[in-house]
Amino acid sequence: MAHATDAHAAHEPATQPEPARRVRERHAIVVGASSGMGAALVEQLASEGVRVVALARRKDALEELARRCGGNVIALAHDVHDFDAVPALFERCVRELGGLDLFVYAAGIMTEVGAHEFDTRKDLDMLAVNVGGAVAWTNEAAKLFRTQRSGTIVGISSIAGERGRKGNPVYGTTKAALNHYLEALRNRLADYGVHVCTIKPGFVETAMLASARAQGRSIQGAISAQAAARSILKAARGRRNEVFVPFKWTLVAAVIRNIPSVLFKGLNI
Amino acid sequence: MEILSLRGPRTVESSFEYIEGWGMAVGRHARVLRPRSVEEIVQCFALARAAGSTLTLRGGGNSYGDASCPAQDLVLDVTRMDRVLGFDARTGIATLEPGVTIEKLWKTILPLGFWPRVVSGTMFPTLAGALAANIHGKNNFAVGTIGDACLEFDLVLPSGEVRTCNRERNADLFHAAIGGFGMLGCFGRIVLQTKRVHSGNVRVRGESTRDLREMMAYFEAHKATSDYLVGWVDCFAGGDACGRGLIHDAHNLHEGDDPSPERSLTVAHQELPANILGLFPKSQVWRILELFNHDLGMRSINAAKYVAGRLEGMGEPYLQSHAGFSFLLDYVPNWKWAYGRARGERGLIQYQPFVPQAVAHDVYSEILARCRHAGQVPYLGVFKRHREDSFWLTHAVDGWSFALDFKVDPARRAALWKLCDELTELVISAGGRFYFAKDLVVGAEDTARFLPQDRLAAFAALKRACDPQTLIEGQLYRRAFRDWIAA
Repeated sequence: MAHATDAHAAHEPATQPEPARRVRERHAIVVGASSGMGAALVEQLASEGVRVVALARRKDALEELARRCGGNVIALAHDVHDFDAVPALFERCVRELGGLDLFVYAAGIMTEVGAHEFDTRKDLDMLAVNVGGAVAWTNEAAKLFRTQRSGTIVGISSIAGERGRKGNPVYGTTKAALNHYLEALRNRLADYGVHVCTIKPGFVETAMLASARAQGRSIQGAISAQAAARSILKAARGRRNEVFVPFKWTLVAAVIRNIPSVLFKGLNI
Repeated sequence: MEILSLRGPRTVESSFEYIEGWGMAVGRHARVLRPRSVEEIVQCFALARAAGSTLTLRGGGNSYGDASCPAQDLVLDVTRMDRVLGFDARTGIATLEPGVTIEKLWKTILPLGFWPRVVSGTMFPTLAGALAANIHGKNNFAVGTIGDACLEFDLVLPSGEVRTCNRERNADLFHAAIGGFGMLGCFGRIVLQTKRVHSGNVRVRGESTRDLREMMAYFEAHKATSDYLVGWVDCFAGGDACGRGLIHDAHNLHEGDDPSPERSLTVAHQELPANILGLFPKSQVWRILELFNHDLGMRSINAAKYVAGRLEGMGEPYLQSHAGFSFLLDYVPNWKWAYGRARGERGLIQYQPFVPQAVAHDVYSEILARCRHAGQVPYLGVFKRHREDSFWLTHAVDGWSFALDFKVDPARRAALWKLCDELTELVISAGGRFYFAKDLVVGAEDTARFLPQDRLAAFAALKRACDPQTLIEGQLYRRAFRDWIAA
């Protein structure tokens, strides 16, 4: 060929993506990022040089977070009830980041319900945020990650999904549903090199915990959201499947899971 | 973007994905539109116009290079339009939606005693993709390309106009869109001629050949009588053994040859085995191949295959199902992952020159020598015989093609492209051509040299007429066509 020396450079497609490294991600999305573990994850990732899109309903809290993190965080206001908006918003996030390696769904609500309260409106709202929003967002991430054969999905579930406790029937249901959904995705995507990590926090110092305390519940031994975020990223990078945070809840869960129903009925947990 | 709405009036199904060439060495993120009707194809063009993005047409995504890779934000994928609209079991004429795959076609018609006249080495391409690439099979020397088996199609132009094209009506568009790699419009309906078969099996004979000359002599001696001929070449062998390999020579059975055609013509008889040795799931076999995916490993595998081929060549002819003989590339699902599954790190390219009969031996010997000298030996080499056809951008020549699979290693990527450039010069000087279903390395300057000038000019004029705003383009268009079409 006449144009000998740099001919290959001219022909080489310019759109070859940057190599997706297995261990350290470069682009991340965190949904539910305005407080608690979501915010702590954004801070942790940004401090490591990862570019993050942080989404939550409260724009002011997000902007404050973005300010704290310097230039690596893009803040976008979004209400996870708005399922219709998700596909276009997801695409926008990925395009702004220039790729995606890590997706975290950290949005969740626990509405207080009374001991004899059966409020369908409250219950469906928890399902919408904790399950509906998770499915709407994570499906988009799953489609992208499957086709690019790389990426990690992290879902923040809860210890509450382990058994049907009497305290808040539907909150536990949403977390059990999320566990099931994430496990199924993990199995679907394993052949494509995509990892799905289910995080089951016990007591972590978050707004949710503060609100539980305000209701008069006594809660001790909670870890900070920052400590939880470190454990979550470690689990995701270690390609762990299901991880209790902090670790001691692994033992608690093992016990709770194995209490026979006939006894469980009578227990006040 | 109004492309997206879960509620309200149904819009075209779409998904934001990573879209890559089959060889994984090129790709980008894009929103993929998946229309379900001709009306929705028209809607896709309108959506692209409104979004200010060009649209890349895509079928099954089986082209090795960038033939269906988007240059901008939107892709039109025809795979949801996969209905067989009709099949006439007296004439063997099939009317198909564009997203019907070769797999769906053969599974539909084989029980009725028919087989597609032309199939590729994998059954997953759509007919739209197959026509756009003008694919060929192991019988190219005998029956031509899939374009030769096409009777008619509807082409949806970016304007929304639907043109019916055949050899009489819109004959220019017929000969340009077949082999036109989706640059002119989107197929909306395809009418294909299929062939009658009297058995679900073909009779196959293995012939081991000690060098390239022996292989070519065998093809020449048998091309008048054989139905299918394909040669495998051990590209690692040098010196006197350069071009050593194994030919598979297959014949269709005549009426009465198969004592129980009703059994062999079933889909169940054709299925490829689900497990290796009854145990190891096929879906995981690529992991084993991955262990051998380096020069030493592939040198060993090629040598072992040659020895096995010598033994096979001494044996008797045997019967093999049509699917088993045709779709060798489908035996190990996702075997390409042996070249590296993680995105963007590795992959493979297939470099497949088509060289005229008279000079083929010398050109291919030189190509193999240069690959060995450069330390970039193809891990797989496949040899086929071709004939000319009447499609404007056709790759086919009266001669030979040699498909070479090169591993793309990030550290050696630039060197590989440079080697390919040298080989390309060799091929074009010898009057050879390239096939864009495989290619990822040829530039616009090269394309303008190896395709006939009058055909190029006519194609450029047709592109400007059908798609004056250049709404349809992809990476292939930008790489190999845009410069001379715009000129």
